[in-house]
Amino acid sequence: MSPALAAGGGVNGVELTVVLFFFIVVTFGGFYAARWRRTESMHSLDEWGLGGRGFGTIVTWFLLGGDLYTAYTFVAVPAAMFATGAVSGFFAVPYTIVAYPIVFIFLPRLWSVAHRRGYVTPADFVRGRYGSRGLATAVALTGILATMPYIALQLVGIQAVLDTMGLGGTGNWFVKDLPLIIAFAVLAAYTYSSGLRAPALIAFVKDTLIYIVIVVAIIYVGVKIGFSDMFDSAKTKMTTPNPKTGVPPGTFITNNTTYWAYATLAFGSALALFMYPHSITAVLSSRSRNVIRRNTAFLPAYSLMLALLALLGFAAIYEVTNKKMDVFGQDHVANAQLAVPHFFQAVFPSWFAGVAFAAIAIGALVPAAIMSIAAANLFTRNIYREFIKPDATPRQEAQVSKIVSLVVKFGALLFVLGLDKQNALNMQLLGGVWILQTIVSIVAGLYTRWFHRWALLLGWAAGMLYGTIEAYRQTMPVVTTKLVDGKPVTTTNGTRHFGSSLGEFPFTHTKMYIAGTALLINVLVAVLLTLILRAIKAPDGVDETEPGDYHADATSERVVKTAEREVAGAEPRSGG
Amino acid sequence: MATPHQPAQVPTTPQRPPRLPTATMALVAVLLIIPCAGLALVPIYSRETPRLWGWPFFYWYQMMWVLITPAMTYAAFVVIKRARSER
Repeated sequence: MSPALAAGGGVNGVELTVVLFFFIVVTFGGFYAARWRRTESMHSLDEWGLGGRGFGTIVTWFLLGGDLYTAYTFVAVPAAMFATGAVSGFFAVPYTIVAYPIVFIFLPRLWSVAHRRGYVTPADFVRGRYGSRGLATAVALTGILATMPYIALQLVGIQAVLDTMGLGGTGNWFVKDLPLIIAFAVLAAYTYSSGLRAPALIAFVKDTLIYIVIVVAIIYVGVKIGFSDMFDSAKTKMTTPNPKTGVPPGTFITNNTTYWAYATLAFGSALALFMYPHSITAVLSSRSRNVIRRNTAFLPAYSLMLALLALLGFAAIYEVTNKKMDVFGQDHVANAQLAVPHFFQAVFPSWFAGVAFAAIAIGALVPAAIMSIAAANLFTRNIYREFIKPDATPRQEAQVSKIVSLVVKFGALLFVLGLDKQNALNMQLLGGVWILQTIVSIVAGLYTRWFHRWALLLGWAAGMLYGTIEAYRQTMPVVTTKLVDGKPVTTTNGTRHFGSSLGEFPFTHTKMYIAGTALLINVLVAVLLTLILRAIKAPDGVDETEPGDYHADATSERVVKTAEREVAGAEPRSGG
Repeated sequence: MATPHQPAQVPTTPQRPPRLPTATMALVAVLLIIPCAGLALVPIYSRETPRLWGWPFFYWYQMMWVLITPAMTYAAFVVIKRARSER
């Protein structure tokens, strides 16, 4: 397909038909899911919000895969690779590898205590462990806040696909965004009725499509382009200085100015990954500790896919260099997020490009559903029941969550309007800055009650404050490249805040991921204040958990059988 | 104030299982730390050569860990599972 057609032709009928076909399939799946593995009723958060807490290894694998590998993977990471190379894009590979050895250690404990005590959200755990409403509210609000830009990232992914297919380019804002609004309304409807079962079922379709698409794409790159030529064209682009500024556009391979940036982005994101409410929701919906541990070994299969997709950003550089595609959207403005969709459109027949687009779009809908469910659960358990209606019934809880899940999706739209879509990856990194500040309360709490609840709260506040201010201070010039009469014209128009997630480490000129620096400040404050508060014997909250809670496993036969006997009244409580 | 959380789903209070032997814990720790260390030391892989099938070292080295790490976490899982079931 010629670049001219890609940047302003009409709607591609074949692609649209294929995408609509899959969209209808998953819509039916989403509504049908209400019946899937159903027990008695959907009217509790355990059923609506956690799918009955009974998912085995395979369902959990698809669900977590569908949950963690999102439009972030399919659109934003390759776009970052396309625009600025390794430091801003490829760090996602070490990030999604080291996350698993790290969570292998503490997630089973979180699962156990949540299972024993009926916790639905991470803030529930903090509430029970420290007996602190303030700390639990802080954790809950952080979760909701951090989820919004992440959902917004999914919207950007869907927009990129729609734009490539020729939908929504012209007309007023309403007509322009109508396809996106319809897709989101349908998503909202089946999330409302089926809860977590909907994304769990749809994840099967999404992941199957994605694996097919990535295998075909990587074979194409290997055979038709050649890895050598692909990497060489990326190297040329990343190391050739911009004639105006004299600065190269990006990084091909990290060097001594970017080691710290790369490592802190990878490890900061890895630590943050399983603090997100949607990750914890998927983890808590699994059946046993072993399901989680096994999945830490199987989930990296998705990281392999992520790495290959990231390299499609470089493949897009090759195709652009050879004038086979461009990244100009319907509005004639260059947009790196279009790199992967335009790549598929340029090199594959329309029907296959349609399959790829369906995979990307569904790949954005699944996590958007889980994220909105998780944020809704946080609101219901930790704000609604805590402050508004303490005696809420399970049915009322489920009802409130359903409604809030709708509200959250629209909150995400605000982030789409407010933040720069060119650098969508940054949205997720900003969320990471916030969510990482809850790790001290949650992970340290799984092991020790040494930290004082007030110290944790103030540490959290210090981290949030520093992280937000530092992220705000990162200004970037707003550079737009627009096609005027078929020729690209670049204009610079002022600067904007939240331009980067890298900031200088205090008292140095070394750039690091702001989340990591904020976490360091958070921990320092929490440790110092705990020492002081313990010294003056400040009142400690009540810990409702017991040591045994952190090792409980419902599927261990002994526990279940003892439980059954006790419930039947056949055996008096023996104390274990 | 009454606890706001629902009562436990399993009525028994499970006892804390005995600690795993130190050797087992050490083995698990090593299995989990190796991939983290391999990727944390960015300077050791920030180089273009040697290339492998056209891939710069920087890229294929990290891809290699995508394949090694699951084997290590799975081994850690098996080690823990065996140690637990043997008692």
